Amino acid sequence: MMVIEVEQGRLRSPFYPRQARIDRLNLWHDWKGYASADGFYDTGIEYFSVRNSTGVFDISPMSKYRITGPDSLEFVNRLVTRDMRKLKPGRVAYAVWCDDAGQVLDDGTVFHLQEGVYRICSQEHHMSWFKTAALGMDVTIVDETSDVCGLAVQGPTSFSVLKAMGLDGIDSLRPFGFATFDFQAAELLVSRTGFTGDLGYEMWITPGKAVELWDALFDAGKLFGIRAIGTHALNLTRIEAGFIQAYVDFLPAYATVRPGRSRSPLELGLEWLVDFEKPNFNGRQALADEKRDGSTWRLVKLDIEGNKPAHHSYIYPRKGAGKACGFITSAVWSPVCKQNIALGTVRTPHGNVGDKLYVEIYYQREMHWSKVISQATVVDKPFWNPARRHATPPAKF
Amino acid sequence: MADKYDAVVIGAGHNGLVCAALLAKAGIHTLVLEANERVGGAAVTRSFSQGYSVSAVAHLLYQLQPQVERDLGLKISVAAENLRTVALSGDGNHVRIDGNDVYGVSDADKASYRDFRSRMTRFADLLNTYLNKTAPRLTKGAGKSDLLTLVQLGLDVRRLGRREMREFLRLIGMNIRDEVHERFDSGLLRGAISLDATLGTHLGPRSPNTILTYLYRLAGTHAVLKQPAGGMSAVSEALARSARENGAVIRTGMKVSRVIVQNGRVAGVETESGDTFRSGVVVSSADPKSTMLRLVGSKHLETGFTRSIHHIRARGNAAKLHLALDGLPGIAGVESEEFGCRFLIAPDDHYVERAFNHAKYGEASVKPVFEITFPSFRDSTLAPAGKHVMSAIVQYAPYELRAGWSADTRETFWKLALKTLSHYMPDLERRITASELLTPADIERQFHITGGHWHHGELTLDQFLFTRPVGGAHQYAMPVGGLYLCGAGTHPGGGVSGAAGRNAARVILRREKTA
Repeated sequence: MMVIEVEQGRLRSPFYPRQARIDRLNLWHDWKGYASADGFYDTGIEYFSVRNSTGVFDISPMSKYRITGPDSLEFVNRLVTRDMRKLKPGRVAYAVWCDDAGQVLDDGTVFHLQEGVYRICSQEHHMSWFKTAALGMDVTIVDETSDVCGLAVQGPTSFSVLKAMGLDGIDSLRPFGFATFDFQAAELLVSRTGFTGDLGYEMWITPGKAVELWDALFDAGKLFGIRAIGTHALNLTRIEAGFIQAYVDFLPAYATVRPGRSRSPLELGLEWLVDFEKPNFNGRQALADEKRDGSTWRLVKLDIEGNKPAHHSYIYPRKGAGKACGFITSAVWSPVCKQNIALGTVRTPHGNVGDKLYVEIYYQREMHWSKVISQATVVDKPFWNPARRHATPPAKF
Repeated sequence: MADKYDAVVIGAGHNGLVCAALLAKAGIHTLVLEANERVGGAAVTRSFSQGYSVSAVAHLLYQLQPQVERDLGLKISVAAENLRTVALSGDGNHVRIDGNDVYGVSDADKASYRDFRSRMTRFADLLNTYLNKTAPRLTKGAGKSDLLTLVQLGLDVRRLGRREMREFLRLIGMNIRDEVHERFDSGLLRGAISLDATLGTHLGPRSPNTILTYLYRLAGTHAVLKQPAGGMSAVSEALARSARENGAVIRTGMKVSRVIVQNGRVAGVETESGDTFRSGVVVSSADPKSTMLRLVGSKHLETGFTRSIHHIRARGNAAKLHLALDGLPGIAGVESEEFGCRFLIAPDDHYVERAFNHAKYGEASVKPVFEITFPSFRDSTLAPAGKHVMSAIVQYAPYELRAGWSADTRETFWKLALKTLSHYMPDLERRITASELLTPADIERQFHITGGHWHHGELTLDQFLFTRPVGGAHQYAMPVGGLYLCGAGTHPGGGVSGAAGRNAARVILRREKTA
């Protein structure tokens, strides 16, 4: 058998030289071709840095597409379900995009960088779809994933860290706004966005200044409890925030083969992102039909009795019901909320806010498996949504 | 100022006219807008030199659906019909084909040809039933009539009998080369059938589904060749007359630049000259790519649908050569009274395949294949007394010529074509007083057909029936409210048959009545 030798199979983040110094675990996984750390120290320590001080997560592998050209607004507006005409330069919008059948391909953030220039960030790759969506439009789409690296700086002291870094004017940056700063003669873009449901920022810079940014950030954060975190800690925080993740809580429609395995935004609790008043967008007809006829699935946030995380559990409409009405996609015991929480997908009409459902939790103690049926209440608010996340200016520490 | 109509038909090609005539006949206030100065689209007679006229693209009538003639009560006068075919041989030992009979081949080939014709026409008749019906829906939204059509199709195939059904299913995806090799020894006969199966396509005799294209050619009238009096405009003028008599308004020299879409529905069309015509129904006989990507625009469409339309294969490969001659050329072994026939230059199937080889790689054939007529022989209106015109389809001249189509490359191809022709007609070149060569690029520009393709999209199994022009949009209605296609790019396909226009009109009348 011949093995083709390549210099580098999995890409390193531009921040890797600094991550390598602190890494105690050597646990990495693949994120779209990049090595991404599960953690550096300990999931618990990293998690609490986000909730109590500042955690720094490397988002460099995030797919980033720059959209320019005379039809850029028309392109973005037809792509996503939200009305992009309302997105002013300097603002960011969370958005989803769908296929013709109104099934979600991915979610992500759209940056209106300057008049007519957009950047779309997402977990997955979408060049093929975007190129197709650009047929007949005068736009240029550039994959700038490797040209821009980024750090999510999240937690109650994150504002103070950036302030200590000398980012003047960061006080007035509102949620879903961004501002640019000069950083050692390079442009540093800071957006008030994140995936933790807490006060936080995302910092974007050219890879040539990655190490310098890391050093300046950690230097400034020394007294504010700054710490690098990995995916495991981030995952806890995003479930607490009620954020969904591709390949976990939904499958991008083009990754499904069996009918009924994809989800529409209405089925993912994202109806607020779908604007039927705006001009034609992809999936519009199918979504309008679904809104009229009713959805098949519904994403639910569940507050579950007990303390055993309901990983992969079936959801039942009643205790003792023979037939399940859904299943859990993300589950965790939330340390800050002191709640056993989960995201799940259930068949309608189940899953109205306030409904009492039952989850079948299997857990293992010294090799032996046990089962418990726990009551789960459907809630509508994120489990974790502190006031500081929205305050402008945020409080200093 | 905006004029208001019940329906606007884009393009006065034969399908557009058939559709408009049937809509008007049903009482729909219909306007037809044609970009060119004359109606007919690619079925039109044009003068290419002082005193010399010729059918510009399509030059023989053999596919016009009897249903269309019946529905509209058409009377098309012909200058000649039941044209014989002469497959030319360099040595003068030509093969002549006349209906079910073939001359100049062995007795075995004669018998085999009769058997071949009988089977092919039977299969073509079966196919023809479905060419005159809307292709059924298979998935979401399939109704009773869709299911009935499907069941009927299954039954019709089954009713052929076990042996013939197997034969039909065996042949339908096959290539014509394998079939002619199984059956015939005569190279000329093999070549002639191979040429008929591949005319107007981007396919060679060894390409899959060239049996299907052959059956398609036979459907309707079994490819009985007619030469309309005065050229193909006789057909389009008859259709235009019928449309007008039924109340349709036809305006030529009006190029539609845009279909107006408001809130997911058509609201009318706009022309290049800035005129606006309001209408809740817009029917385009233009090809699917032009209609959806250029006139409607992707912003009004779904991305996946746009991709499907974008991927329709529509690369024309047939050029048209017109020669004004000061007299008929001499052809060894052909009597002068035989010039009313159709002549083929395709000495055997390998020759056709070799000609196609070039096209695969973006080159024009060095030794092209020809379908030649001398229409002035039977129709004195086409050329001055004693003079003649020659009209020939020349293949292969790929739309996507690697070197690009220019005056130079057209000249090169013209010379190659003349070289091949001169081999059979040694005195041809000195008889030429004027000439015109239309490459697929010219056809695209002059007749507004993407890729210059006869069928507005390759006629292959993946672009046929349920998937023509694309899956999910094969029942003429497009995913924009009130927008329909009625051209060759829709089911069943191209050729001067009128089936697409007629099927579309029936769908429109049904849908718009219930809407």
